Order: sequence, then structure tokens, then C-alpha cells
Amino acid sequence: MNTSPNNTPEPAGGSLSPEALAKADDPGYSSATTRPLYWSARRELWENRSIYIAPLIVAAVVLFGFLVSTIGMPERRQGVLLLDPAHQRAAIGMPYDVAAMMLIFTAFIVGVFYCLDALHGERRDRSILFWKSLPVSDLTTVLSKASVPLVILPLTIFGVIVLVQFFMLLWSSAILLPSGLAATTWTRFNLLKQSVILLYSLIVIVLWHAPIYGWALLISGWARRATFLWAVLPLLAIGVLEKFAFDTSHFASMLKDRLFGAGDTAFAFQPHHGIAINSLIQLTPGRYLTTPGLWIGLAFAAAFVAVAVRQRRYRGPI
Amino acid sequence: MPQPAVQIERSIAKVMATIEARGLWKTFGTTVALDSIDLRVEEGRILGLIGPNGAGKTTALNAILGLTPYQGELKVLGRDPWNERNQLMRDVSFIADVAVLPRWIRVTHLLDYIAGVHPRFNRTKAESFLSKTTIKRTSKVRELSKGMVAQLHLALVMAIDAKLLVLDEPTLGLDILYRKQFYDSLLNDYFDHSRTIVVTTHQVEEVQDVLTDLMFIDRGRIALQCSMEEFDSRYVEVMVNPEHVAAARALKPIHERPVFGRSVLLFDHVDRDQLAVLGEVRRPSIADLFVAVMSNNANQPQLSHEVAAHEGTTAR
Repeated sequence: MNTSPNNTPEPAGGSLSPEALAKADDPGYSSATTRPLYWSARRELWENRSIYIAPLIVAAVVLFGFLVSTIGMPERRQGVLLLDPAHQRAAIGMPYDVAAMMLIFTAFIVGVFYCLDALHGERRDRSILFWKSLPVSDLTTVLSKASVPLVILPLTIFGVIVLVQFFMLLWSSAILLPSGLAATTWTRFNLLKQSVILLYSLIVIVLWHAPIYGWALLISGWARRATFLWAVLPLLAIGVLEKFAFDTSHFASMLKDRLFGAGDTAFAFQPHHGIAINSLIQLTPGRYLTTPGLWIGLAFAAAFVAVAVRQRRYRGPI
Repeated sequence: MPQPAVQIERSIAKVMATIEARGLWKTFGTTVALDSIDLRVEEGRILGLIGPNGAGKTTALNAILGLTPYQGELKVLGRDPWNERNQLMRDVSFIADVAVLPRWIRVTHLLDYIAGVHPRFNRTKAESFLSKTTIKRTSKVRELSKGMVAQLHLALVMAIDAKLLVLDEPTLGLDILYRKQFYDSLLNDYFDHSRTIVVTTHQVEEVQDVLTDLMFIDRGRIALQCSMEEFDSRYVEVMVNPEHVAAARALKPIHERPVFGRSVLLFDHVDRDQLAVLGEVRRPSIADLFVAVMSNNANQPQLSHEVAAHEGTTAR
């Protein structure tokens, strides 16, 4: 087993010095395989506990709201069952969709504010001087920070939503059991199928929002203070200027599309059913993947992250 | 530069200096922070970089650590610090200022993190340094006193098997016990002749017996550069008896200051026996030499007067 910590070539002289051999035998040394990206991502979770605490708080609020709403549920369920099958599904699935949407919205807010602080906080508290004293490249550091809104938060929120919906199912079954209606939820809300739809939705939304997170990271690495204002005000200013100068609102509608347009091509919404998705046939990944807006957005996200990496090289404490 | 025997043997085997700079140049806008600095630090030395605020010390260290781009030639452990920073940081560690450890982190997490990213970090060693302190493993950095944070940072850095350690004002704001202990641990538990240490500080009295080499830097230029052996042989301070003052002044002291009504004169390259008859001969402190060199330097014309005022705001 080679546990030598020396990754650089030995100095002239050829064979290992006794000193180096002693180090190789010393179990205290980290093995030659360090994992900077993994540990940097964990570091982010130690620092930003809101990544999981905020979703958990919202989940608790949602569950409490649902508990309150189940008072009188058996009577209302009788009424729902008189509707046509499509409306039954919509009415029974509604609380589950609302819970999911609130948690997805929470993840978005947490992600944006996390990014706005990610490269600013370390400069503000001067700890960047410590992080830069370790052999972790700027690329690794920025990628670990970008992985929070792009990978860690979506996975966290997926787990939280599935658990919340599972508890909601169990609770509603318990409430409906005495009146013999427990099965009416399970047949109309298929948790497994909904989880597949949820996972797909989260991927769609995250890819669509990637340039927003990238922009927030860039601003957090650039601005000396007030990162939120620097991220938002210039965009508003462009929209207002365009309105005054040309009386058009292309920029504003582009921003609106970037914020809310993720689902436009990713789902085939049924007329008269709002945004409820209850069939896998309604998922249209092919159409989504051929949307130019997706790829343009991803190109911008990559460019923003690249600038953020380059910026971190030059930046010191503020 | 005179070197101990060990050093000479090593430099035959490996001529490469730990730090080598030629014409190192750095400007912020129109002000010159580093004005063509030539520098060579051999392996196994402890160099003290002394200078007034805004003299360019931090800028020089930032260039050496690859934290800032520069002009001129600079090699650290044979590498270009700006372009090869990622590889360089495996062999270089630094404490840039006190209290840069993130305040939110727990001591255990800090150990986990460094062990996870640094191939030359010895966790066992760090734990044993920490066990000599009162720092609890479960504490967050914000719960520690300033002195304990410095102890913690030193324990982490000493557990990294680096070839070059750079310390920029590592003891600023600490009380004298912590400061003394800091340098004692550094010398006893860390330094050996295969490592090199560069340190800047304003508390020069405390490093006088720690350093092997001395460098004064003023307004972006090197004002004095010598080894401590050279320092001891070259500079002599004499508390001159009143009747000999005129004779002493004739020997061209580099500085004169009054102490309790008597004159203390500092000489460079003047025979000790000749001075002994004039009064009480003693070893000058780095601080006294610093004052002498700086006040002489101030009388010489310099091109970059704005540097001192400017650097403080731009470099940090």
C-alpha cells in the first residue's frame, strides 16, 4: 500500500529519504487521495445550514396546515366523489401539489440567497485568506458552491417533498379510515408516479434557473456590498430603459420567461386543468431539450460561473 | 551570505532557492507598491520582513503566495506562483493576518476539512498540538478568544508538512504570553533546516532571536538586507561617555539618539575595540537599526511618495 503523501517528484538523490519513509508510515497523514470537491461541498453545508433547515421549517408549516385542513375531510371527500373523475383527481391531488410547489419555491429562494452570499461572505469575514492557503483551486471552490443550488438543494427538496407527501397520505388515510374512504386518496394520488413527475420537474426547473444562480454567484464574487441590489437593480434598470426608449418590453418578458417559463415546453398542460400534471404522458422532455432558451440559458450559466472562477483568483478580502 | 555548515551541504546538492525574485514590480494604478525588488531566500532560513505600514510587505507576500499578479521574475520553490498556484499551495502554507479562520466553523470540522483536501496534513500531529491547549474540539471558532484562534491556526499550519511557511503579522493584537508561545512552538515543534519561514511583524524585539535573516522594506524598495550573523558583526551600539561624543561622531555613526541625557550612537562597520574606549558597547536591537535606516532613508529622494498612503487601501 502506497500512502506516501509526496505527490511531487523526490528531490535529487533518487531513493526516498528516511524522513519521507517515516512520513509514509505515519498513519496521521491523509492518504494521497484527497477529495477537495467533496469536502468543499460538505463545508458549504456546515456553513449554510439554511440549505436544509429552511425546507424543513416550510415542510413543518405545510404539514401543520394540512393537519388543520383535514378537519371535516370525510364529509368534503363525499362531495368530491360526486364530481367527474378528472376533477376528483384534481381536487384530491391539490394539497399535494401545493405542498410541492411551496417547497420548490423555498428551494429557489434559499438557492438565490445562498449564491448571493457564497463568494461575498468569505471576502467579508476575510476567511478567503484561509481558504486560499489550502491546495483547493478556485475552480473547485466555485464549482462546489454552484453545486449547492444545482445539485444539493434539488436533491434535498426532492427528499423533503416525497416525505411530506407520504405523511400527508398517511394522515389523510387515518382521517378517512373510519368512513371507509381511505382508498379514495391512494387511487387518485399515486405517490410513486408523482415522485417521478416531481424529479423530472425539479431537473427541468433547475436547468432553467441555472443562469439565475450563475448570475447571483458572479455578483457575489464581484460586488463589495449589497449583492442583492447589484443583482436585481441593473436588470430592472435595463427593463425600464427599454420601456422608455423603445416602448417595448422584450427584456422584461425575457426575465419573466426565465423565472416562470421552465414548464412551458417541458409539460403538455391539459386545457381546463391548470398546471396539474397527473400523467407521465404529459412530460415532454424531447420538446424541452430542443428549446433554444434552455441551451442559451445554460451557456449563460457556464459563462457566469467561468467569470466567477476567474474573479475569485483576483479577489481578496473586502 | 554566510551560512551554517548544514546549509552549505544542502546548497551543493540543490542550488534552487526557496524564493527567488528579480525585478519584482507591482503597481496599483499610478502608485508603485513594489519597486523592482531583488530577493533570494535559501532553504532553511527564517527571514523577517520589516517595514512601516504600507511599505509593500503584504504586497510582496501576496505576490510570493500567488494571490496577486505582478511583473518581473519570481520563482517560489521553482514555480511561478501566479500561474502554478494550485500546485504550489501543496508545499506552501501561510497565515495571512490574525483571525482569518471562519468564525462559524467547528474545530473538528476544520480538521476534517483540511485532512480531506490537503495531502500533506497530519491530523494526528494537529490533534497533539491542540491537546496542549485548552481549545475544545467541539467549539466553534467564534467561541474562542483571539489568542486561542491564533493557537488553533498555528496548530493547523504546523501539522502541514510544507516547505515554505509565510506569516503576515501572525501575532498582531495578541498578548505577550501568546506571542512568546507562538514563536516558541514555531521554533521547537516546527522549524527544521529543510523548511523556510518568512515572517512580517511590527513586534521586532520578539523575533530578533528567531530570525536568521533580516530585510527592511520601505516604499516598495529593499532598504536593508543582511543575515543575523552579519547584523551582529556589522552593527554596534555605543552609549558614549559625554567627554567622547565629538570623537564618536567623527567615526560617522549612522544614527544618534539621546537616552537619559547620554548619546547612544549606532555604527556600521566600525572596529569594536576602537568603539570600546568611547563608552559602553552593546548589541543594537533590530528596532533601533530599523529607526536608523528608516530615518536615513527618509532623507533620500524617492520617486514614489504616494505608495505608503495608497497601499494600505488597495492591497488589502
